Amino acid sequence: MTDVAWIDAVLTSARAQAVAALLRYFRDLDTAEEAFQEACLRALKSWPRNGPPRDAAAWLIMVGKNAAIDTVRRQRREEPLPQEELISDLSDAEATTVERIDAADYRDDILRLLFVCCHPDLPATQQIALALRIVSGLSTHQIARAFLVSDDAMEQRITRAKARVAKANVPFEAPSAVDRSERLAAVAAMLYLLFNEGYTAGIADDGSRAALCEEAIRLCRLLLRLFPTEPEIMALTALLLLQHARSRARFDSEGSVVLLEEQDRQLWDRKLIAEGQALIDKAVRHRRPGPYQVQAAIAALHARAQRPQDTDWGQIDLLYGALERMQPSPVVTLNRAVAAAKAHGAAAGLDMIEPLQGKLDGYFYFHGARGAFLLELGRREEARVAFNRAIALANTPAEAAHIRQQLDRLAAPCLEKNPSPRG
Amino acid sequence: MQYAILCYHDENVVCAWSKQEDDAVMARLAVVQERLAKQGKLGPVVRLLPTTAATTLRKDREPPLVIDGPFAETKEQLLGFYVVDCSSLEEVLEVARELAAANPGGAYEIRPIGVFNPGSARA
Repeated sequence: MTDVAWIDAVLTSARAQAVAALLRYFRDLDTAEEAFQEACLRALKSWPRNGPPRDAAAWLIMVGKNAAIDTVRRQRREEPLPQEELISDLSDAEATTVERIDAADYRDDILRLLFVCCHPDLPATQQIALALRIVSGLSTHQIARAFLVSDDAMEQRITRAKARVAKANVPFEAPSAVDRSERLAAVAAMLYLLFNEGYTAGIADDGSRAALCEEAIRLCRLLLRLFPTEPEIMALTALLLLQHARSRARFDSEGSVVLLEEQDRQLWDRKLIAEGQALIDKAVRHRRPGPYQVQAAIAALHARAQRPQDTDWGQIDLLYGALERMQPSPVVTLNRAVAAAKAHGAAAGLDMIEPLQGKLDGYFYFHGARGAFLLELGRREEARVAFNRAIALANTPAEAAHIRQQLDRLAAPCLEKNPSPRG
Repeated sequence: MQYAILCYHDENVVCAWSKQEDDAVMARLAVVQERLAKQGKLGPVVRLLPTTAATTLRKDREPPLVIDGPFAETKEQLLGFYVVDCSSLEEVLEVARELAAANPGGAYEIRPIGVFNPGSARA
Protein backbone atom coordinates (compact mmCIF):
# COMPACT_ATOMS: atom_id res chain seq x y z
CA MET A 1 0.00 0.00 0.00
CA THR A 2 1.30 3.46 -0.78
CA ASP A 3 1.91 6.01 2.00
CA VAL A 4 -1.22 7.92 1.12
CA ALA A 5 -3.43 4.82 0.96
CA TRP A 6 -2.08 3.61 4.28
CA ILE A 7 -2.61 6.99 5.95
CA ASP A 8 -6.06 7.19 4.43
CA ALA A 9 -7.02 3.85 6.02
CA VAL A 10 -5.72 5.03 9.41
CA LEU A 11 -7.59 8.34 9.14
CA THR A 12 -10.81 6.54 8.19
CA SER A 13 -10.58 4.18 11.13
CA ALA A 14 -9.69 6.97 13.60
CA ARG A 15 -12.24 9.45 12.31
CA ALA A 16 -15.31 8.53 14.39
CA GLN A 17 -13.33 8.54 17.63
CA ALA A 18 -11.50 11.79 16.85
CA VAL A 19 -14.50 13.78 15.58
CA ALA A 20 -16.54 12.49 18.53
CA ALA A 21 -13.98 13.74 21.06
CA LEU A 22 -13.67 17.07 19.25
CA LEU A 23 -17.45 17.41 19.28
CA ARG A 24 -17.49 16.92 23.04
CA TYR A 25 -14.79 19.54 23.38
CA PHE A 26 -16.23 22.21 21.06
CA ARG A 27 -19.91 21.23 21.27
CA ASP A 28 -20.39 22.28 17.66
CA LEU A 29 -20.42 19.95 14.67
CA ASP A 30 -18.86 22.36 12.15
CA THR A 31 -16.01 23.30 14.48
CA ALA A 32 -15.36 19.63 15.29
CA GLU A 33 -15.34 18.69 11.60
CA GLU A 34 -13.05 21.56 10.62
CA ALA A 35 -10.67 20.75 13.47
CA PHE A 36 -10.50 17.14 12.28
CA GLN A 37 -9.90 18.23 8.67
CA GLU A 38 -7.03 20.40 9.79
CA ALA A 39 -5.56 17.56 11.83
CA CYS A 40 -5.77 15.28 8.77
CA LEU A 41 -3.91 17.80 6.62
CA ARG A 42 -1.15 17.95 9.22
CA ALA A 43 -1.08 14.16 9.45
CA LEU A 44 -0.55 13.91 5.69
CA LYS A 45 2.43 16.23 6.04
CA SER A 46 3.91 14.83 9.22
CA TRP A 47 3.28 11.05 9.17
CA PRO A 48 5.18 10.16 5.98
CA ARG A 49 8.19 11.94 7.47
CA ASN A 50 7.96 11.00 11.16
CA GLY A 51 6.14 7.70 10.91
CA PRO A 52 2.67 7.02 12.26
CA PRO A 53 1.90 7.94 15.86
CA ARG A 54 1.29 5.12 18.32
CA ASP A 55 -2.32 6.22 18.84
CA ALA A 56 -3.58 7.90 15.69
CA ALA A 57 -6.91 9.02 17.18
CA ALA A 58 -5.24 10.66 20.18
CA TRP A 59 -2.81 12.46 17.86
CA LEU A 60 -5.63 13.74 15.68
CA ILE A 61 -7.69 14.88 18.67
CA MET A 62 -4.72 16.74 20.16
CA VAL A 63 -3.64 18.38 16.92
CA GLY A 64 -7.21 19.14 15.84
CA LYS A 65 -8.05 20.72 19.16
CA ASN A 66 -4.99 22.96 19.10
CA ALA A 67 -5.60 23.93 15.48
CA ALA A 68 -9.18 24.95 16.22
CA ILE A 69 -8.22 26.91 19.31
CA ASP A 70 -5.50 28.57 17.29
CA THR A 71 -8.01 29.56 14.61
CA VAL A 72 -10.34 31.08 17.19
CA ARG A 73 -7.44 33.02 18.75
CA ARG A 74 -6.26 34.26 15.40
CA GLN A 75 -9.76 35.46 14.64
CA ARG A 76 -9.62 37.39 17.91
CA ARG A 77 -6.20 38.75 16.86
CA GLU A 78 -4.54 37.12 19.81
CA GLU A 79 -1.22 35.38 20.00
CA PRO A 80 -1.21 31.94 18.34
CA LEU A 81 -0.36 28.83 20.33
CA PRO A 82 3.16 27.44 19.84
CA GLN A 83 1.67 24.87 17.50
CA GLU A 84 4.66 23.06 16.06
CA GLU A 85 6.27 22.54 19.43
CA LEU A 86 3.22 20.69 20.63
CA ILE A 87 3.05 18.58 17.53
CA SER A 88 6.73 17.64 17.61
CA ASP A 89 6.49 16.65 21.26
CA LEU A 90 4.24 13.76 20.39
CA SER A 91 4.82 11.28 23.15
CA ASP A 92 3.88 13.81 25.84
CA ALA A 93 0.91 15.12 23.90
CA GLU A 94 -0.45 11.63 23.38
CA ALA A 95 0.06 10.59 26.96
CA THR A 96 -1.94 13.50 28.39
CA THR A 97 -4.75 13.16 25.88
CA VAL A 98 -5.00 9.45 26.36
CA GLU A 99 -5.03 9.93 30.09
CA ARG A 100 -7.86 12.43 29.94
CA ILE A 101 -10.04 10.58 27.46
CA ASP A 102 -10.25 7.05 28.74
CA ALA A 103 -12.10 4.19 27.11
CA ALA A 104 -15.46 4.94 28.73
CA ASP A 105 -15.37 8.52 27.42
CA TYR A 106 -14.56 7.32 23.91
CA ARG A 107 -17.51 5.03 24.05
CA ASP A 108 -20.01 7.71 25.01
CA ASP A 109 -18.38 10.22 22.64
CA ILE A 110 -18.80 7.98 19.62
CA LEU A 111 -22.32 7.01 20.64
CA ARG A 112 -23.17 10.72 20.98
CA LEU A 113 -21.68 11.51 17.58
CA LEU A 114 -23.82 8.80 15.99
CA PHE A 115 -26.82 9.83 18.04
CA VAL A 116 -26.79 13.49 16.94
CA CYS A 117 -27.45 12.16 13.43
CA CYS A 118 -30.58 10.35 14.63
CA HIS A 119 -32.60 13.33 15.80
CA PRO A 120 -36.27 12.29 15.61
CA ASP A 121 -37.17 15.50 13.75
CA LEU A 122 -34.81 14.54 10.93
CA PRO A 123 -36.34 12.47 8.13
CA ALA A 124 -34.54 9.17 7.55
CA THR A 125 -32.70 10.37 4.44
CA GLN A 126 -31.31 13.38 6.33
CA GLN A 127 -30.19 11.18 9.23
CA ILE A 128 -28.27 8.96 6.86
CA ALA A 129 -26.79 11.86 4.88
CA LEU A 130 -25.64 13.51 8.09
CA ALA A 131 -24.08 10.31 9.40
CA LEU A 132 -22.23 9.76 6.13
CA ARG A 133 -20.96 13.32 6.18
CA ILE A 134 -19.96 13.57 9.83
CA VAL A 135 -19.26 10.06 11.05
CA SER A 136 -17.98 8.46 7.86
CA GLY A 137 -16.43 11.60 6.37
CA LEU A 138 -17.80 11.12 2.86
CA SER A 139 -17.71 14.24 0.69
CA THR A 140 -20.97 15.98 -0.19
CA HIS A 141 -20.35 14.92 -3.78
CA GLN A 142 -20.02 11.25 -2.81
CA ILE A 143 -23.21 11.37 -0.74
CA ALA A 144 -25.09 13.23 -3.48
CA ARG A 145 -24.07 10.53 -5.97
CA ALA A 146 -25.28 7.78 -3.64
CA PHE A 147 -28.66 9.48 -3.25
CA LEU A 148 -28.90 10.40 -6.95
CA VAL A 149 -29.37 14.12 -6.24
CA SER A 150 -27.31 17.15 -7.23
CA ASP A 151 -24.38 18.29 -5.08
CA ASP A 152 -26.22 21.54 -4.31
CA ALA A 153 -29.35 19.75 -3.17
CA MET A 154 -27.31 17.47 -0.90
CA GLU A 155 -25.31 20.41 0.48
CA GLN A 156 -28.60 22.11 1.41
CA ARG A 157 -29.98 18.95 2.94
CA ILE A 158 -26.91 18.51 5.13
CA THR A 159 -26.82 22.18 6.12
CA ARG A 160 -30.48 22.06 7.14
CA ALA A 161 -29.95 18.86 9.11
CA LYS A 162 -26.95 20.36 10.91
CA ALA A 163 -28.95 23.49 11.80
CA ARG A 164 -31.71 21.35 13.25
CA VAL A 165 -29.24 19.29 15.28
CA ALA A 166 -27.58 22.48 16.57
CA LYS A 167 -30.95 23.68 17.87
CA ALA A 168 -31.75 20.35 19.45
CA ASN A 169 -29.37 20.78 22.41
CA VAL A 170 -27.87 17.33 22.56
CA PRO A 171 -26.81 16.81 26.18
CA PHE A 172 -23.04 16.52 26.60
CA GLU A 173 -22.85 15.11 30.12
CA ALA A 174 -22.31 11.36 30.44
CA PRO A 175 -25.59 9.60 29.59
CA SER A 176 -27.47 7.53 32.17
CA ALA A 177 -27.92 3.80 31.55
CA VAL A 178 -31.44 4.43 30.22
CA ASP A 179 -30.28 7.26 27.93
CA ARG A 180 -27.49 5.07 26.72
CA SER A 181 -29.76 2.20 25.74
CA GLU A 182 -32.20 4.61 24.02
CA ARG A 183 -29.33 6.15 22.08
CA LEU A 184 -28.07 2.72 21.11
CA ALA A 185 -31.50 1.76 19.79
CA ALA A 186 -31.78 4.98 17.74
CA VAL A 187 -28.29 4.55 16.33
CA ALA A 188 -28.95 0.89 15.48
CA ALA A 189 -32.10 1.89 13.58
CA MET A 190 -30.16 4.56 11.67
CA LEU A 191 -27.40 2.10 10.72
CA TYR A 192 -30.04 -0.32 9.48
CA LEU A 193 -31.52 2.46 7.31
CA LEU A 194 -28.06 3.29 6.00
CA PHE A 195 -27.52 -0.34 5.05
CA ASN A 196 -30.89 -0.57 3.34
CA GLU A 197 -30.16 2.56 1.34
CA GLY A 198 -27.24 0.69 -0.20
CA TYR A 199 -28.99 -2.66 -0.33
CA THR A 200 -31.87 -1.43 -2.49
CA ALA A 201 -29.47 -0.12 -5.14
CA GLY A 202 -29.38 -2.15 -8.35
CA ILE A 203 -26.39 -3.31 -10.34
CA ALA A 204 -26.75 -0.25 -12.57
CA ASP A 205 -25.35 1.60 -9.59
CA ASP A 206 -21.71 2.69 -9.95
CA GLY A 207 -20.80 1.19 -6.59
CA SER A 208 -21.33 4.35 -4.55
CA ARG A 209 -24.55 3.02 -3.04
CA ALA A 210 -23.27 -0.50 -2.55
CA ALA A 211 -20.41 1.08 -0.57
CA LEU A 212 -23.06 2.30 1.88
CA CYS A 213 -23.61 -1.33 2.92
CA GLU A 214 -19.93 -1.77 3.72
CA GLU A 215 -19.89 1.49 5.64
CA ALA A 216 -22.96 0.44 7.66
CA ILE A 217 -21.20 -2.82 8.54
CA ARG A 218 -18.02 -0.99 9.51
CA LEU A 219 -19.95 1.34 11.83
CA CYS A 220 -21.86 -1.61 13.29
CA ARG A 221 -18.62 -3.40 14.11
CA LEU A 222 -17.35 -0.18 15.68
CA LEU A 223 -20.49 0.06 17.82
CA LEU A 224 -20.15 -3.59 18.80
CA ARG A 225 -16.55 -3.09 19.84
CA LEU A 226 -17.75 -0.27 22.11
CA PHE A 227 -20.71 -2.25 23.46
CA PRO A 228 -19.48 -5.86 23.27
CA THR A 229 -22.22 -7.32 25.46
CA GLU A 230 -25.34 -5.95 23.71
CA PRO A 231 -27.15 -8.87 22.03
CA GLU A 232 -29.17 -6.61 19.74
CA ILE A 233 -26.03 -4.90 18.41
CA MET A 234 -24.45 -8.33 17.84
CA ALA A 235 -27.61 -9.33 15.99
CA LEU A 236 -27.83 -6.17 13.89
CA THR A 237 -24.21 -6.69 12.81
CA ALA A 238 -25.04 -10.32 12.04
CA LEU A 239 -28.13 -9.32 10.05
CA LEU A 240 -26.19 -6.86 7.89
CA LEU A 241 -23.36 -9.35 7.32
CA LEU A 242 -25.78 -12.11 6.31
CA GLN A 243 -27.67 -9.84 3.91
CA HIS A 244 -24.45 -8.44 2.46
CA ALA A 245 -23.09 -11.97 1.98
CA ARG A 246 -25.64 -12.42 -0.81
CA SER A 247 -24.86 -9.18 -2.62
CA ARG A 248 -22.97 -10.76 -5.55
CA ALA A 249 -25.88 -13.10 -6.29
CA ARG A 250 -28.74 -10.62 -6.06
CA PHE A 251 -28.63 -9.21 -9.60
CA ASP A 252 -28.07 -10.88 -12.95
CA SER A 253 -25.79 -9.49 -15.64
CA GLU A 254 -28.64 -7.36 -17.00
CA GLY A 255 -29.36 -5.84 -13.61
CA SER A 256 -32.57 -7.75 -12.92
CA VAL A 257 -33.31 -8.84 -9.38
CA VAL A 258 -32.56 -12.51 -8.82
CA LEU A 259 -34.93 -13.90 -6.22
CA LEU A 260 -33.43 -15.66 -3.22
CA GLU A 261 -34.61 -19.02 -4.53
CA GLU A 262 -32.99 -18.52 -7.91
CA GLN A 263 -29.68 -17.13 -6.66
CA ASP A 264 -26.43 -18.97 -7.37
CA ARG A 265 -25.51 -19.89 -3.81
CA GLN A 266 -21.87 -20.42 -4.84
CA LEU A 267 -21.68 -16.63 -5.06
CA TRP A 268 -22.65 -16.15 -1.42
CA ASP A 269 -19.76 -14.97 0.75
CA ARG A 270 -19.15 -17.83 3.20
CA LYS A 271 -16.80 -15.79 5.37
CA LEU A 272 -19.44 -13.13 6.04
CA ILE A 273 -22.02 -15.84 6.70
CA ALA A 274 -19.68 -17.48 9.22
CA GLU A 275 -19.17 -14.17 11.01
CA GLY A 276 -22.91 -13.48 11.07
CA GLN A 277 -23.64 -16.93 12.45
CA ALA A 278 -20.94 -16.54 15.13
CA LEU A 279 -22.52 -13.27 16.26
CA ILE A 280 -26.01 -14.77 16.44
CA ASP A 281 -24.64 -17.63 18.56
CA LYS A 282 -23.18 -15.04 20.92
CA ALA A 283 -26.38 -12.99 21.06
CA VAL A 284 -28.63 -15.97 21.77
CA ARG A 285 -26.58 -16.92 24.85
CA HIS A 286 -27.84 -13.75 26.56
CA ARG A 287 -31.45 -14.98 26.49
CA ARG A 288 -32.72 -11.45 25.84
CA PRO A 289 -34.50 -11.85 22.50
CA GLY A 290 -35.11 -8.81 20.33
CA PRO A 291 -36.25 -7.93 16.82
CA TYR A 292 -32.75 -7.85 15.30
CA GLN A 293 -32.00 -11.28 16.75
CA VAL A 294 -35.15 -12.70 15.16
CA GLN A 295 -34.39 -11.10 11.79
CA ALA A 296 -30.78 -12.26 11.91
CA ALA A 297 -31.92 -15.79 12.79
CA ILE A 298 -34.21 -15.75 9.74
CA ALA A 299 -31.37 -14.55 7.51
CA ALA A 300 -29.13 -17.28 8.96
CA LEU A 301 -31.68 -20.00 8.16
CA HIS A 302 -31.67 -18.84 4.54
CA ALA A 303 -27.85 -18.69 4.50
CA ARG A 304 -27.55 -22.17 5.96
CA ALA A 305 -29.68 -23.85 3.26
CA GLN A 306 -27.40 -25.40 0.62
CA ARG A 307 -30.29 -25.46 -1.86
CA PRO A 308 -33.58 -23.51 -1.78
CA GLN A 309 -35.52 -26.71 -1.00
CA ASP A 310 -33.36 -27.20 2.12
CA THR A 311 -34.73 -23.98 3.65
CA ASP A 312 -36.43 -24.55 6.99
CA TRP A 313 -39.61 -22.59 6.16
CA GLY A 314 -41.47 -23.92 9.20
CA GLN A 315 -38.85 -22.39 11.50
CA ILE A 316 -38.88 -19.14 9.49
CA ASP A 317 -42.67 -19.02 9.82
CA LEU A 318 -42.30 -19.37 13.62
CA LEU A 319 -39.60 -16.67 13.76
CA TYR A 320 -41.76 -14.24 11.78
CA GLY A 321 -44.55 -15.08 14.23
CA ALA A 322 -42.22 -14.02 17.07
CA LEU A 323 -41.31 -10.84 15.19
CA GLU A 324 -45.03 -10.10 14.69
CA ARG A 325 -45.51 -10.22 18.45
CA MET A 326 -42.50 -7.94 19.10
CA GLN A 327 -43.12 -5.47 16.28
CA PRO A 328 -46.59 -5.94 14.83
CA SER A 329 -46.70 -4.60 11.27
CA PRO A 330 -48.51 -5.60 8.09
CA VAL A 331 -45.17 -5.98 6.28
CA VAL A 332 -43.96 -8.49 8.88
CA THR A 333 -47.22 -10.42 8.49
CA LEU A 334 -46.74 -10.37 4.72
CA ASN A 335 -43.26 -11.88 5.14
CA ARG A 336 -44.65 -14.44 7.52
CA ALA A 337 -47.32 -15.35 4.97
CA VAL A 338 -44.64 -16.05 2.35
CA ALA A 339 -42.93 -18.44 4.79
CA ALA A 340 -46.24 -20.00 5.83
CA ALA A 341 -47.14 -20.57 2.17
CA LYS A 342 -43.84 -22.42 1.66
CA ALA A 343 -44.26 -24.46 4.83
CA HIS A 344 -48.00 -25.17 4.73
CA GLY A 345 -49.22 -24.30 1.22
CA ALA A 346 -50.36 -21.19 -0.64
CA ALA A 347 -53.81 -21.26 0.98
CA ALA A 348 -52.24 -20.66 4.42
CA GLY A 349 -50.32 -17.70 3.03
CA LEU A 350 -53.35 -16.24 1.29
CA ASP A 351 -55.48 -16.51 4.45
CA MET A 352 -52.83 -14.57 6.34
CA ILE A 353 -52.61 -11.67 3.91
CA GLU A 354 -56.23 -11.18 2.84
CA PRO A 355 -56.95 -9.01 5.93
CA LEU A 356 -54.00 -6.74 4.96
CA GLN A 357 -55.54 -5.63 1.65
CA GLY A 358 -56.58 -2.25 3.05
CA LYS A 359 -53.24 -1.47 4.68
CA LEU A 360 -50.93 -2.74 1.94
CA ASP A 361 -52.95 -1.88 -1.16
CA GLY A 362 -50.23 0.54 -2.33
CA TYR A 363 -47.40 -1.92 -1.69
CA PHE A 364 -45.64 -3.67 -4.55
CA TYR A 365 -44.68 -6.79 -2.60
CA PHE A 366 -48.22 -7.34 -1.30
CA HIS A 367 -49.66 -7.70 -4.79
CA GLY A 368 -46.65 -9.67 -6.01
CA ALA A 369 -47.00 -12.22 -3.17
CA ARG A 370 -50.78 -12.34 -3.49
CA GLY A 371 -50.48 -12.97 -7.22
CA ALA A 372 -48.01 -15.80 -6.60
CA PHE A 373 -50.31 -17.45 -4.01
CA LEU A 374 -53.34 -17.13 -6.32
CA LEU A 375 -51.38 -18.54 -9.24
CA GLU A 376 -50.30 -21.53 -7.16
CA LEU A 377 -53.93 -22.10 -6.15
CA GLY A 378 -54.94 -22.06 -9.83
CA ARG A 379 -56.96 -18.81 -9.52
CA ARG A 380 -55.40 -17.47 -12.71
CA GLU A 381 -57.62 -14.50 -13.44
CA GLU A 382 -57.29 -13.08 -9.93
CA ALA A 383 -53.53 -13.72 -10.11
CA ARG A 384 -53.33 -11.73 -13.35
CA VAL A 385 -55.13 -8.78 -11.74
CA ALA A 386 -52.78 -8.89 -8.73
CA PHE A 387 -49.65 -9.08 -10.92
CA ASN A 388 -50.83 -6.14 -13.04
CA ARG A 389 -51.40 -4.14 -9.88
CA ALA A 390 -47.88 -5.07 -8.70
CA ILE A 391 -46.31 -3.91 -11.97
CA ALA A 392 -48.05 -0.57 -11.61
CA LEU A 393 -46.52 -0.21 -8.14
CA ALA A 394 -43.02 -1.48 -8.93
CA ASN A 395 -40.26 0.75 -7.54
CA THR A 396 -37.59 -0.29 -10.01
CA PRO A 397 -37.55 -1.63 -13.57
CA ALA A 398 -36.05 -4.83 -12.15
CA GLU A 399 -39.05 -5.37 -9.89
CA ALA A 400 -41.44 -4.81 -12.79
CA ALA A 401 -39.41 -7.18 -14.96
CA HIS A 402 -39.64 -9.88 -12.33
CA ILE A 403 -43.45 -9.64 -12.14
CA ARG A 404 -43.64 -9.60 -15.94
CA GLN A 405 -41.84 -12.94 -15.96
CA GLN A 406 -44.54 -14.34 -13.70
CA LEU A 407 -47.20 -12.89 -16.01
CA ASP A 408 -45.45 -14.57 -18.94
CA ARG A 409 -45.57 -17.87 -17.08
CA LEU A 410 -49.23 -17.21 -16.47
CA ALA A 411 -49.79 -16.45 -20.13
CA ALA A 412 -47.83 -19.35 -21.62
CA PRO A 413 -49.97 -22.32 -20.52
CA CYS A 414 -53.09 -20.24 -21.29
CA LEU A 415 -52.06 -20.03 -24.92
CA GLU A 416 -51.80 -23.80 -25.00
CA LYS A 417 -55.30 -24.12 -23.62
CA ASN A 418 -56.78 -21.53 -25.98
CA PRO A 419 -54.60 -21.58 -29.06
CA SER A 420 -55.00 -18.51 -31.17
CA PRO A 421 -56.60 -19.10 -34.59
CA ARG A 422 -53.34 -18.32 -36.34
CA GLY A 423 -51.52 -20.97 -34.26
CA MET B 1 12.01 -26.80 13.84
CA GLN B 2 8.45 -25.70 13.34
CA TYR B 3 7.55 -22.11 13.95
CA ALA B 4 4.29 -20.28 14.42
CA ILE B 5 4.07 -16.79 12.94
CA LEU B 6 1.41 -14.80 14.76
CA CYS B 7 -0.20 -11.92 12.87
CA TYR B 8 -0.94 -8.61 14.60
CA HIS B 9 -2.47 -5.50 13.10
CA ASP B 10 -4.89 -2.70 14.01
CA GLU B 11 -8.28 -4.26 13.43
CA ASN B 12 -9.94 -0.86 12.98
CA VAL B 13 -7.65 -0.20 10.06
CA VAL B 14 -8.01 -3.65 8.50
CA CYS B 15 -11.80 -3.48 8.82
CA ALA B 16 -11.72 -0.06 7.10
CA TRP B 17 -10.09 -1.60 4.01
CA SER B 18 -12.40 -1.75 1.04
CA LYS B 19 -13.07 -5.18 -0.47
CA GLN B 20 -10.66 -4.33 -3.29
CA GLU B 21 -7.88 -3.42 -0.87
CA ASP B 22 -8.52 -6.56 1.18
CA ASP B 23 -8.51 -8.73 -1.95
CA ALA B 24 -5.27 -7.12 -3.11
CA VAL B 25 -3.52 -7.89 0.19
CA MET B 26 -4.79 -11.47 0.17
CA ALA B 27 -3.64 -11.92 -3.43
CA ARG B 28 -0.12 -10.71 -2.58
CA LEU B 29 0.00 -13.04 0.43
CA ALA B 30 -1.24 -15.95 -1.70
CA VAL B 31 1.81 -15.61 -3.98
CA VAL B 32 4.19 -16.00 -1.03
CA GLN B 33 2.11 -18.80 0.48
CA GLU B 34 2.08 -20.76 -2.77
CA ARG B 35 5.86 -20.60 -3.03
CA LEU B 36 6.25 -21.78 0.58
CA ALA B 37 3.72 -24.55 -0.05
CA LYS B 38 5.71 -25.80 -3.06
CA GLN B 39 8.80 -25.94 -0.87
CA GLY B 40 6.83 -28.02 1.64
CA LYS B 41 7.36 -25.37 4.31
CA LEU B 42 3.82 -24.13 4.76
CA GLY B 43 1.68 -25.49 7.58
CA PRO B 44 -1.89 -24.38 8.31
CA VAL B 45 -2.73 -20.74 7.57
CA VAL B 46 -5.63 -19.19 9.41
CA ARG B 47 -7.36 -15.84 9.11
CA LEU B 48 -9.49 -15.16 12.16
CA LEU B 49 -12.80 -13.32 12.03
CA PRO B 50 -12.86 -9.92 13.77
CA THR B 51 -12.60 -9.76 17.57
CA THR B 52 -16.24 -8.64 17.65
CA ALA B 53 -17.06 -12.30 16.91
CA ALA B 54 -14.89 -13.49 19.84
CA THR B 55 -16.01 -15.02 23.13
CA THR B 56 -13.64 -15.54 26.07
CA LEU B 57 -13.73 -18.27 28.70
CA ARG B 58 -11.98 -17.10 31.87
CA LYS B 59 -10.77 -20.28 33.52
CA ASP B 60 -9.07 -18.68 36.53
CA ARG B 61 -12.23 -19.34 38.57
CA GLU B 62 -14.67 -22.19 39.14
CA PRO B 63 -16.96 -22.41 37.27
CA PRO B 64 -15.22 -20.67 34.36
CA LEU B 65 -16.85 -17.41 33.24
CA VAL B 66 -17.97 -16.70 29.68
CA ILE B 67 -17.32 -13.11 28.54
CA ASP B 68 -18.24 -11.42 25.26
CA GLY B 69 -15.34 -10.12 23.25
CA PRO B 70 -11.62 -10.90 22.93
CA PHE B 71 -9.14 -11.63 25.72
CA ALA B 72 -8.07 -8.12 26.70
CA GLU B 73 -5.72 -8.62 29.65
CA THR B 74 -2.02 -7.98 29.22
CA LYS B 75 -0.52 -9.88 32.13
CA GLU B 76 -0.98 -13.28 30.48
CA GLN B 77 0.88 -14.34 27.35
CA LEU B 78 -0.22 -16.33 24.32
CA LEU B 79 1.15 -19.84 24.87
CA GLY B 80 -0.63 -21.92 22.26
CA PHE B 81 -3.82 -22.57 20.40
CA TYR B 82 -6.19 -25.26 19.14
CA VAL B 83 -8.15 -25.47 15.92
CA VAL B 84 -11.40 -27.39 16.54
CA ASP B 85 -14.33 -28.09 14.25
CA CYS B 86 -17.63 -27.48 16.07
CA SER B 87 -21.13 -26.75 14.83
CA SER B 88 -21.99 -23.98 17.31
CA LEU B 89 -20.58 -21.65 19.94
CA GLU B 90 -22.21 -23.83 22.63
CA GLU B 91 -20.30 -26.85 21.37
CA VAL B 92 -16.93 -25.10 21.23
CA LEU B 93 -17.55 -23.66 24.71
CA GLU B 94 -18.15 -27.22 25.92
CA VAL B 95 -14.80 -28.27 24.43
CA ALA B 96 -13.11 -25.25 26.05
CA ARG B 97 -14.65 -26.11 29.43
CA GLU B 98 -13.27 -29.65 29.18
CA LEU B 99 -9.83 -28.28 28.39
CA ALA B 100 -10.20 -25.77 31.22
CA ALA B 101 -10.93 -28.55 33.71
CA ALA B 102 -7.71 -30.25 32.63
CA ASN B 103 -5.72 -27.01 32.83
CA PRO B 104 -7.27 -24.29 34.99
CA GLY B 105 -5.89 -20.72 35.16
CA GLY B 106 -5.72 -18.04 32.48
CA ALA B 107 -8.28 -17.92 29.69
CA TYR B 108 -9.29 -19.30 26.33
CA GLU B 109 -10.30 -16.83 23.66
CA ILE B 110 -12.64 -18.43 21.14
CA ARG B 111 -12.41 -16.93 17.67
CA PRO B 112 -14.28 -18.20 14.62
CA ILE B 113 -12.00 -18.88 11.65
CA GLY B 114 -12.71 -17.04 8.41
CA VAL B 115 -10.11 -18.63 6.13
CA PHE B 116 -8.38 -21.96 6.73
CA ASN B 117 -5.68 -23.32 4.46
CA PRO B 118 -4.35 -26.66 5.77
CA GLY B 119 -0.98 -26.13 4.07
CA SER B 120 1.42 -28.75 2.75
CA ALA B 121 4.11 -29.25 5.40
CA ARG B 122 4.25 -32.62 7.13
CA ALA B 123 4.07 -32.52 10.92
